[in-house]
Amino acid sequence: MVRLGDYLIVSGILFTIGFAGVMVRRNIIIVLMALELMLNAASLSLVAFSRFHVDLTGAPNYNAQVFVFFIITVAAAEVAVGLAIVVALFRLRQTTHVEDLTTLKF
Amino acid sequence: MSAFLFWTSALLMLVFGAAVIINRNPVASALSLVVSFLALATLFISLNAYFIGIIQVLVYAGAIMVLFLFIIMLLDLRAEKLRNINWIASAGGIAVALAFIIQIFAVVGRLSIANQTFPPLARSTSDDVHQIGLLLFTNYNLPFQIIGIVILVATVGVIMLSRRESR
Repeated sequence: MVRLGDYLIVSGILFTIGFAGVMVRRNIIIVLMALELMLNAASLSLVAFSRFHVDLTGAPNYNAQVFVFFIITVAAAEVAVGLAIVVALFRLRQTTHVEDLTTLKF
Repeated sequence: MSAFLFWTSALLMLVFGAAVIINRNPVASALSLVVSFLALATLFISLNAYFIGIIQVLVYAGAIMVLFLFIIMLLDLRAEKLRNINWIASAGGIAVALAFIIQIFAVVGRLSIANQTFPPLARSTSDDVHQIGLLLFTNYNLPFQIIGIVILVATVGVIMLSRRESR
């Protein structure tokens, strides 16, 4: 049988893949994709806990699923704004590489 | 949910998630991300969260991925040339990620409930759209309205950002 811990480990590994992508990759679009992976990993562990905590009527705890709904909504808004910034930046500098964008570097 | 199906979807999700950050071609990364999201949707459905699984497919694999592919093709990004990689920064990033995964394993290993299997459900969850909608309009009414404002602000912000300067 599948245990709760299996879902949590899979979710942790997915989060780590996303985290490594944000740290290592230098293309802003790939960094945004890795951010999506991290948000999805959080959603997976929330849904696993929702299924684990069965309430008195025998239904899963729907509060976590409402929270996942909010996460998906905010992620959609975040990607839209992030990609608009990338397009504006590309129009100005013709690059999506973070190492070419060091104007604010101290 | 059989263990075989769970491990198949989990492996598919992790392999294609790793492919997202390994591929040099952005289009290949975006398509790997679609497969990863679809496998994640099957995991949601395996947890009896049908509504979340469906909006995962619709919003992520549908809307967000089309947006990513549209931007990649609009900007005409080719596969990156092999730059001289900043080895110290990459090694630091991978070391932090490894430390993080070790912590995850340690915490989940000590968690007593992690070894328990999922308790059976007393009733069907095919009405979960009804249940989630009920919660959204009662307990979570204010956050729901705030989310609406967030989306409105994002829409206006995107239009402002992508407008050409007309000065």
